[in-house]
Amino acid sequence: MHRLTLAQIARGLAAKDFSSVELTEALLARIAALDPRLNSFITVTAEQALEQARAADARRAVGESGALLGAPIAHKDLFCTKGVRTSCASKILDNFVAPYDATVVERLAAAGCVSLGKLNMDEFAMGSANESSHYGPVKNPWNTECVPGGSSGGSAAAVAARLVPAATGSDTGGSIRQPAALTNLTGLKPTYGRVSRWGMIAYASSLDQGGPLARSAEDCALLLSAMAGFDPKDSTCVDAPVDDYLAALNQPLAGLRIGLPREYFGAGLDPRLSDAVMACVEELKKLGATVKEIGLPNMQHAIPAYYVIAPAEASSNLSRFDGVRFGYRCENPSSLEDLYKRSRGEGFGAEVKRRIMVGTYALSAGYYDAYYLKAQKIRRLIRSDFIGAFQEVDLILGPTTPNPAWRLGEKGDDPVAAYLEDIYTITANLAGIPGLSMPAGFVDGLPVGVQLLAPYFQEGRLLNVAHQYQQVTDWHEKAPEGF
Amino acid sequence: MALERSDVEKIAHLARLGLDDAELPRTTQTLNDILGLIDRMQAVDTHGIEPLAHPLEATQRLRPDEVTEGDHRDAFQAIAPAVENGLYLVPKVIE
Repeated sequence: MHRLTLAQIARGLAAKDFSSVELTEALLARIAALDPRLNSFITVTAEQALEQARAADARRAVGESGALLGAPIAHKDLFCTKGVRTSCASKILDNFVAPYDATVVERLAAAGCVSLGKLNMDEFAMGSANESSHYGPVKNPWNTECVPGGSSGGSAAAVAARLVPAATGSDTGGSIRQPAALTNLTGLKPTYGRVSRWGMIAYASSLDQGGPLARSAEDCALLLSAMAGFDPKDSTCVDAPVDDYLAALNQPLAGLRIGLPREYFGAGLDPRLSDAVMACVEELKKLGATVKEIGLPNMQHAIPAYYVIAPAEASSNLSRFDGVRFGYRCENPSSLEDLYKRSRGEGFGAEVKRRIMVGTYALSAGYYDAYYLKAQKIRRLIRSDFIGAFQEVDLILGPTTPNPAWRLGEKGDDPVAAYLEDIYTITANLAGIPGLSMPAGFVDGLPVGVQLLAPYFQEGRLLNVAHQYQQVTDWHEKAPEGF
Repeated sequence: MALERSDVEKIAHLARLGLDDAELPRTTQTLNDILGLIDRMQAVDTHGIEPLAHPLEATQRLRPDEVTEGDHRDAFQAIAPAVENGLYLVPKVIE
């Protein structure tokens, strides 16, 4: 049963080939047996999952249907889950049991999803390798000596290893798309505001967006249909109708105009990945798409701008972790300031401290204009590049990452080298447009991802193109040996 | 501009982050590496460009002036490090 996609599970449950309880028990057994090799889960909620599975089976028994009714998933550990530890992979929240559910969690539960637990991640979603978790690094099931990507690395590893058919993730600078690429999954970052951020522990509020990680575009469409939509509790959530993502999957691609940004294929891109991307382009041309070279001239400035804006917002968002109302508190504080400094100093890991300090510096008196304001101006230039490009093409295509998965620890001492791995993904967050990564080949046994970018709220177009590609290729069906 | 150890100590204080003496040299080095990366922005001509704070250029949505939240004090204080008589306990700040 673990080989089934969400769509296949939906059909199997509807046909009564198996029950949600049987499926849940099978996956819990796999997690117990195999996750020690990956470290993808922080918390497994076996009893609660079985209770939810029994409830889903009971709903089906009285005639209720629904694609996700009884379907197992798991949540990245930054989505608050009522009564279940929500750690954000940080020591500072190691003892935090959320008193409420995030809207995404609530909506997926209402659709009948069974949550198997909470997935490992980079601490506070800060990272590109899933090496900064308080609970230790996550391993890539394609090669357990390699990273799975970050920050949704636990989500990616668990889905790739068939421990769970799909998972939630969050993407601030590429944290759904990059791990999807490095583990052979389909991952979607929706338009900013398309999915509620309420109950998602914030890293950088103007960039964060929740989305699905799954084994196919069809599965992502199923999940996004349940996740997307207006939420009055999130003032940045957009009040606009949600498209029918499943209906969009089967549109023909004839006439689709694809833009290839010349800046994506220059120095820094592993030529083997470039070849895989161009092979994908050829397949899409066979399906009726046309291709045009385009320019995104300000892409090169995205990483510097991101590493001002995201840390600046993080320094503000993470100020709430002060040891007073929840989370870790240091032993025997001598004063209130000592309580703040030691609780935060002992509770946060090195990467989180680095980003808080960069943000604090960028926002401090005398540096605001030179750093924060400058970065926000560059952000507009990047957004203008995309708006201009989408006058000429319907979709932008390129590599998701410049390299395949690297070895654990290889970039641990060099944060700047790790930051550069996000070069192709960060621009979508700065502009707020949707992006999807899908499997498109292998290099030395490691997966290669292709990234698709679309205009605002065109998630359906991304899912459509990825689904059509997945009808004529089988990269997404490949599974790592031993899982 | 390269940060000195004293600059890093000052930033850590502003951020209310306790850093060990042993962490300071490495933190100073990595922060300077990151600032080196960030400083590449200064070469971009942004004259006359308006800053973009929200990707959709949306403004804060207003809601009716009505109470929508219930009283969650007990639920929130149940997970607090230290409470007494419905109040959060912190070290004394007034002599």
